[in-house]
Amino acid sequence: MSEQRSGEHPVLETHGLTIRFGGHVAVNQVSCAFHPGTLTAIVGPNGAGKTTYFNLISGQLRPTGGRVTLYGEDITDLPAPRRTRRGMGRAFQLTNLFPRLSVLENVRLAVQSHAGMGLNLFSVWDGHVELIERAEHCLHRVKLADRRDTLASALAHGDQRKLEVAILLALDPDLFMFDEPTAGMSADEVPAILELIHEIKNQGDKTILLVEHKMDVVRSLADRIIVLHQGELVADGEPAGVIASPIVRQAYLGLAGHE
Amino acid sequence: MIRQLLSGDYPRSRALTVVLLLILAGLALAPFVFPGTRSLDVAAKVCVFILLVASYDLLLGYTGIVSFAHTMFFGIGAYGIAIAASRLGPTWGSLALGSLAALVCSALLSLLIGILSLRVKTIFFAMITLAVATFFAILASQLSGFTGGEDGLTYKLPELLLPGTKLFETPLFGVEINGKIVSYYVVFFGAAMLFLALLRVVNSPFGRVLQAIRENDFRAEAIGYRSVIYRSVANCVAALAASAAGILYALWLRYAGPDTTLSFDIMVDILLIVVIGGMGTMYGAVVGATLFVIAQNYLQDLMKLASDAAVGIPLLPNLVHPDRWLLWLGILFILSVYRFPAGIVGKLRAGK
Repeated sequence: MSEQRSGEHPVLETHGLTIRFGGHVAVNQVSCAFHPGTLTAIVGPNGAGKTTYFNLISGQLRPTGGRVTLYGEDITDLPAPRRTRRGMGRAFQLTNLFPRLSVLENVRLAVQSHAGMGLNLFSVWDGHVELIERAEHCLHRVKLADRRDTLASALAHGDQRKLEVAILLALDPDLFMFDEPTAGMSADEVPAILELIHEIKNQGDKTILLVEHKMDVVRSLADRIIVLHQGELVADGEPAGVIASPIVRQAYLGLAGHE
Repeated sequence: MIRQLLSGDYPRSRALTVVLLLILAGLALAPFVFPGTRSLDVAAKVCVFILLVASYDLLLGYTGIVSFAHTMFFGIGAYGIAIAASRLGPTWGSLALGSLAALVCSALLSLLIGILSLRVKTIFFAMITLAVATFFAILASQLSGFTGGEDGLTYKLPELLLPGTKLFETPLFGVEINGKIVSYYVVFFGAAMLFLALLRVVNSPFGRVLQAIRENDFRAEAIGYRSVIYRSVANCVAALAASAAGILYALWLRYAGPDTTLSFDIMVDILLIVVIGGMGTMYGAVVGATLFVIAQNYLQDLMKLASDAAVGIPLLPNLVHPDRWLLWLGILFILSVYRFPAGIVGKLRAGK
């Protein structure tokens, strides 16, 4: 059922990825490959392990079993910052910013990380025009340019979500990981972010993983859907087929209240 | 020019600018405006403490690290000069060697502590630094053959820095220019330059990463910064600056002992000054250290005046008796922390 494109090496693969918290298995033996230029949506009911799966991939959690490979190389034991430096970028579901820094500073920190300039001790931060311009460009793309000097903590919730996305853009990763990017946004803000994800996808060389609840969003953006249910991969394939499959209707729409 | 010197980090408050300029002028002209051994002593101590506290602000205010080992690095600097000058004689070469040895020692020790323990939670790091600093203070008092023990070391300096040396035949603006005044300016310019260097560090790309780690180390890691490395480098820079402050202080005092550099009282003073001045502002160190050192030195005098003036009134002379000065200093601190939770600089900036 899984969509294997012959001849193209996957960007990212998980091999039997598992994490246990005590007796609870949050992610159970998930094996999956993600190919360049594709957008894969990860869906499933609350508590299905989608965000945990993301945390295992981006290095926030260490698995108790299984491996993660990036371009065929085992990165299971690599800490999160080193994964980021290898081209993985993550936007968080719960807004996760630098509250007492300005919007521009938030984004610029990501630009600077990408430029590898963090250990520059003796130049003036404000003097790096090229970094500022790139940060402003990212803000412009999420339509937040006019708030550049506001403190991140003073932004409205929807704007904080946009800032999350801008930080991800600033990292310019090969692998984008969006965790419910539009959650908590007002309806009129959502299209801009979806349009942005669409643009990234149309670049063709970026790989995108998207955790999303809204089925219409998934249907319009995804090349492929994988479904997690109680930590297990239960369906994988073309959006239309997966959405129509009985197991998904049961698991995702909660038609069966128990196992 | 000013922008480059201040690294684009202006006081951002008219009142604060005025206060800083007054402090700068007062310290720059101290030998002429406040002549006298004692007042010059106070001015030199203010300079040293501005640097010492600013370097601690880099840790506490900018990076969110609580360390109790700051006086240890201060002491390493002071003892570096003291040991070199007393063993190798009062030459410039021995001072340079002593300073270099102290700085290398501080850098290695701070990196070691950082790499071994900055992964752990703030509170554990604080405890580890406390243990190391206590160990070091005991070591300094026990190795008396080397460090002079509890008595400390008194030593000679090169002739240019000795009070008996006259530079000019005639006094300048009514003040005799002797070696003590030369020493004062070494301390003043040394502290000023290093303060500006620290101001540069906190306003560099590196400095912003420190703030990011302080705000949200989880996210800082997620965008690619390994916080243990950044914390360790910050710890090392702060340790080097504290050692430099110790070197300047030892040059000024021509004495190094446990009470002037290593004591836990000084560590508490540093913490208080950072909080009173305003954490994460650098300028807070300037305002805080100036107020604190002056209060520490002159509050007793002021109270003696008040006590003498209040003779005959019941209770009051006892209450303001010079022996109670610590009580009043304590009350002043509680009030200032209570009134200005963001520090004096925070208060002044909020008021514009």
